[in-house]
Amino acid sequence: MIPAAFEYHRPTDMDGVLAVLAEHGDDARVMAGGHSLIPMMKLRMADVPHLIDLQDVGGMSDIELGSDSIRIGALVTQADIIDHEGLAKAAPILREAALQIADPQVRYMGTVGGNVANGDPGNDMPGLMQCLDASFTVVGPDGERDIPAREFYEAAYMTAREDDEVLTSVTIPMPKGGYAYEKQKRKIGDYATAAAAVQITKDGGSCASAAIAMTNLSDTPIFSDAAGAALVGTSLDDAALKVAVAAMLGDIDPTEDNRGPIAFKKHVAGVILRRAIERAWSRA
Amino acid sequence: MSNKMHIKLNVNGKDEEFLAEPRELLIYTLRERLNITGPHIGCETSHCGACTMTIDGKSVKACTMFVAQASGKSVTTIEGLGGPDDLHPLQSAFKEHHGLQCGYCTPGMITRAAKLLEENPNPSEEEIRFGMAGNICRCTGYQNIVKSIQAAATEMNAAKEAAE
Ligand SMILES: Cc1cc2nc3c(=O)[nH]c(=O)nc-3n(C[C@H](O)[C@H](O)[C@H](O)COP(=O)(O)OP(=O)(O)OC[C@H]3O[C@@H](n4cnc5c(N)ncnc54)[C@H](O)[C@@H]3O)c2cc1C
Ligand code: FES
Ligand code: FES
Repeated sequence: MIPAAFEYHRPTDMDGVLAVLAEHGDDARVMAGGHSLIPMMKLRMADVPHLIDLQDVGGMSDIELGSDSIRIGALVTQADIIDHEGLAKAAPILREAALQIADPQVRYMGTVGGNVANGDPGNDMPGLMQCLDASFTVVGPDGERDIPAREFYEAAYMTAREDDEVLTSVTIPMPKGGYAYEKQKRKIGDYATAAAAVQITKDGGSCASAAIAMTNLSDTPIFSDAAGAALVGTSLDDAALKVAVAAMLGDIDPTEDNRGPIAFKKHVAGVILRRAIERAWSRA
Repeated sequence: MSNKMHIKLNVNGKDEEFLAEPRELLIYTLRERLNITGPHIGCETSHCGACTMTIDGKSVKACTMFVAQASGKSVTTIEGLGGPDDLHPLQSAFKEHHGLQCGYCTPGMITRAAKLLEENPNPSEEEIRFGMAGNICRCTGYQNIVKSIQAAATEMNAAKEAAE
């Protein structure tokens, strides 16, 4: 499996990256860990005449814990997320999710930026970031802008990022309450058949807020406002769970593939969401 | 279009310099160009782990890395861990505890396990299985691989204590 030939660029700063993007337009593409892009290039499903390796660009490898938000550089890897004790305390859902992505070797290479920028509905971080109401900072020829994760995904591999923009960091408001990232996969190292990210806060015995996002059940991640709203004000009794699951099922649009037929995927999505809500509630 | 580029690698402690097309996958470079044939090619799709090596302190599947990306880095393969006359404790343990049958997956298993034990010198069985999840073996059913890694951990910890 030998990919088509390309010109390799390894700039040492963002100006260098933007210059190559400006010069070659659609023919140029950035690469972080390469663990989504290289397989596509090997299968010749991606044609990249000019490959820009981001590894030497500084300033994108830090995890910063602020008082009310967390900033994660685009080149922070899944392994970095798992290893960071402070982050595990502040936002434990990130480690819980990262541990369920691929396998150790892939997690050393795969970056947060690559995972969220890729636009593959199978990637786990996009749904997670929607649940956490994160925003993505991108830089391009006209400077920097922030795009909310909940508005970023347009269709499979189509995002609100322009071709000449580079994602530099992800900012997450400090999460509150209970959390769960629940994922059903065929085997370890596999993409989700269905996955759910849930973050819940409690007030007395009742649910004060709930954010719910689903992975690999549509051609984009799905933030289900309705599913979260169905839980607010309830004590998460069985009736409330049923309404939330039904609301989520109304928002997703799975297709049949080698992970199963549509009815099966909907069934799994329901089971996974129920489990995630119950676990998040028990931690709230 | 695709010009060859000047690549520098340190492989198992030895500096190598050569010209290669950037698209060459690192596993091919090592096997075909540098004649380092310990790391194997199994699936070529980043699933089996036969091509696992340590690159700048990370376990990496070298079928999913361009040689251009690796330029300037240090690479350790099974050849860098021990030789026939001075086996690495993991190599001895795999031999002793039947961690291999055909041996195809073994170089990747051992380089991955070496990194795992570096990060966690006392892994539980569960931690070993989780840490080795990127490596597939078609022969052994994994039980003896886990046993071998446990035995090597014990051996390496004892050696460390003796040295202190
Ligand atoms: C065997 C295997 C199993 C996997 N299983 C899972 C899984 O279970 N869940 C999961 O989520 N992922 C999985 N992955 C994908 C893996 O986590 C990827 O590494 C990750 O999705 C992409 O990150 P990367 O840094 O490797 O990106 P790359 O492959 O380098 O890039 C991916 C895409 O994003 C673009 N890109 C990268 N960085 C930026 C940036 N900073 N700004 C703009 N665009 C950028 C690239 O141009 C490219 O189009 C798996 C991969 C493999 C090989
Ligand atoms: S050959 Fe690289 S993972 Fe299988
Ligand atoms: S010993 Fe044969 S593949 Fe592992």
